[in-house]
Amino acid sequence: MDLRFTPEELAFRDEVRAFFAANLPPSICTKLVEGKRLTKDDIVTWQRILNKKGWAVANWPVEWGGTGWSPVQQYIFQEQLQLTPAPQPLGFGVTMVGPVIIAFGSQAQKKRHLPAIANLDVWWCQGFSEPGAGSDLASLRTAAKREGDHYVVNGQKTWTTLAQHADWIFCLVRTDPQAKKQEGISFLLIDMKTPGITVRPIITIEGGHEVNEVFFDDVKVPCENLVGQENRGWDYAKYLLGRERTGIARVGLSKERVRRIKELAGMERAGDKPLIEDERFREKLAALEVELKALEMTQLRVVAAERHRTDNKPDPASSILKIKGSEIQQATTELLLEVVGPYAIPFQPEHEDDERWNEPPVGPEWAGPIAPTYFNWRKTSIYGGSNEIQKNIIAKAILGL
Amino acid sequence: MDFDLSEEQRLLKESLERLTAERYAFEQRRTYGRSREGWSRELWAQYAELGLLGLPFAERYGGSSGGPVETMIAMEAFGRALALEPYLATVVLGGGFLRHAGSAEQCAALIPKIAGGSLTAAFAHTERHSRYDLADIETRAVRDGSGWVLDGEKGIVLHGDSADQLIVTARTAGGRRDRDGIGVFIVDGASEGVSRRGYPTQDGLRAAEISFAQVRVGPEGVLGEPEAALPLVERVVDEAIAALCAEAVGAMAAMHELTVEYLKTRRQFGREIGSFQILQHRAVDMLIALEQARSMAMFATMMAAEENAAERRNALSAAKVQIGRSGKFVGQQAVQLHGGIGMTMEYKLGHYFKRVTMIDTIFGDADHHLRELARRGVSGAPG
Repeated sequence: MDLRFTPEELAFRDEVRAFFAANLPPSICTKLVEGKRLTKDDIVTWQRILNKKGWAVANWPVEWGGTGWSPVQQYIFQEQLQLTPAPQPLGFGVTMVGPVIIAFGSQAQKKRHLPAIANLDVWWCQGFSEPGAGSDLASLRTAAKREGDHYVVNGQKTWTTLAQHADWIFCLVRTDPQAKKQEGISFLLIDMKTPGITVRPIITIEGGHEVNEVFFDDVKVPCENLVGQENRGWDYAKYLLGRERTGIARVGLSKERVRRIKELAGMERAGDKPLIEDERFREKLAALEVELKALEMTQLRVVAAERHRTDNKPDPASSILKIKGSEIQQATTELLLEVVGPYAIPFQPEHEDDERWNEPPVGPEWAGPIAPTYFNWRKTSIYGGSNEIQKNIIAKAILGL
Repeated sequence: MDFDLSEEQRLLKESLERLTAERYAFEQRRTYGRSREGWSRELWAQYAELGLLGLPFAERYGGSSGGPVETMIAMEAFGRALALEPYLATVVLGGGFLRHAGSAEQCAALIPKIAGGSLTAAFAHTERHSRYDLADIETRAVRDGSGWVLDGEKGIVLHGDSADQLIVTARTAGGRRDRDGIGVFIVDGASEGVSRRGYPTQDGLRAAEISFAQVRVGPEGVLGEPEAALPLVERVVDEAIAALCAEAVGAMAAMHELTVEYLKTRRQFGREIGSFQILQHRAVDMLIALEQARSMAMFATMMAAEENAAERRNALSAAKVQIGRSGKFVGQQAVQLHGGIGMTMEYKLGHYFKRVTMIDTIFGDADHHLRELARRGVSGAPG
């Protein structure tokens, strides 16, 4: 047992760091530090830089452009992205639909889609949730009826993140309405330019446009866009959701936020001293750091155990990552809100809109995005299977209750 | 980055599991606890035979040169078994002072006896007013020729009633809470002027209030720098904190298993109570608290040997915060989910609850260490 990184792992970390330092456009880094929203162009630019280096799809098999890194290296890479901070390669392609196509897709699908995912030539979004199918995802009703060499899709998806940028959507659709609810579902790839698709924005409480509704009205999808077998889509979805064991806690992101909290609390004054010297504030921050340290160690336990993994049974420690990771991320946004104090109050939509960001800020120049980030981050304990659903899963799969 | 146990460590873990399964059933524990000393001399001899009492010591003194990981393995098993023997007091604390500050003569005289099971020790440090401040010492040590004379009162000396040798902190200079002017002395429990009042603890172990009246200590009884030994005390206490974290994890894991088992067997309203979602989620919350504690016990183990004292102290404080908080949650909820049976003396669960509750109060509770971290700032990341 040696919980330190090996000299080789440390050298790898330094290599990653050095590449990021030399190649990440500073304007993108600054936006992330300040909690401002990235444009589509920011995300594409960075992913292409990574792809040129061969690092955009680090988690994929080498055959399809992956790196062959060990789980620990993958973890270090992820953590450095978050600490720098740099944008993550677009998850909908790189960690979601890409691995599903690699595992279950046809050769033609792989050739067509994988290189475009890696270079972000094609922006993917995820069509899982529906108005009537949230936590109970398997009750989804969007129907795909087979007619000759294509499916006709009718229905509605919702909470579709960044669908406004998307070229393609991967969807769970019902292909057998008679079967038991998990057994009549298929995994379909759909071109967003197909006639009959309408995207409508949903504005979330902080004022941002991140998620959308997507309507399908007699949308014709060629049968060749079915992934794997018809009616096996639920298995592929579970594979997709179960794969991301290590990234979900986002320890690096919370570490970077803690750094930011300390920086800003050193600038804000509370009475005759900086807020960072306030005893009660320091205790709250210390408590958060203890939890974060525990989560980091838990995360590393899961990462280190990856190499022994022979089945798909979750490590008991991994069950914590989503729940605790989201709680801690939310706690960082709460502390930032506390740091900004009354200058959390002005609503400054400029930070949503690059064009208008030159307007003079109200109050400290870093205050604008802080309250919106706090409001926005409530999503983390809801998405990806709410924390309550996670607890149901743990109770059943790990505790056998 | 490697969380796996080595082959030897795995064997150690297995032999401990076998031993405690055979010799530490709840009924047997009750018998050991009723004996005069409150623990089993016979088992102590068996620990010696298995090499457990020599784990952290050099081979030339009869040890096996183990490190914090070996101690973690042993303490976790003892936590699971609710072991009553003075392992922490003798091997971790007493042995820790000798390993870090003992002269060749002191080590040669005492460590082989500890490893062989013929000598027990206790750390006489806390005083009525000192709470968790390691520097808050009034007991006096005054130079007397080549030796020293000790006067003062020590309390909550774990296993201090039966210990052969006492490791005593005393002020050689300065005021009550000064960091400088603290010495560490080895005092034979049978010395003239030592009087001990032993008593049972809440969690079924033993402790003592000990007074020292004109107790003479020869030069061979001085450990380390007699006027600057606080860093030594901190170092050994940090190792003890890591050991306590592992013990608490053993106890928490046992409580969690008992609780999940109970949820699967206890029937009310015509069904197993584990089918109720509110109880399922509570059991999951307990699991999360347990696993976070386990992670921090590992972190504590890794950092216990850290040479940079500031980093080490922060890491151990962080671990103690997590263990204290997790222990309280797991313990309270384990009793709650068991209902009435969890309240009874005759059932094992409550004894685990009492042990983790008391562990929080040894060498600083969660709030104490949180305040320390707030004062010093958290650090000590592996990444």
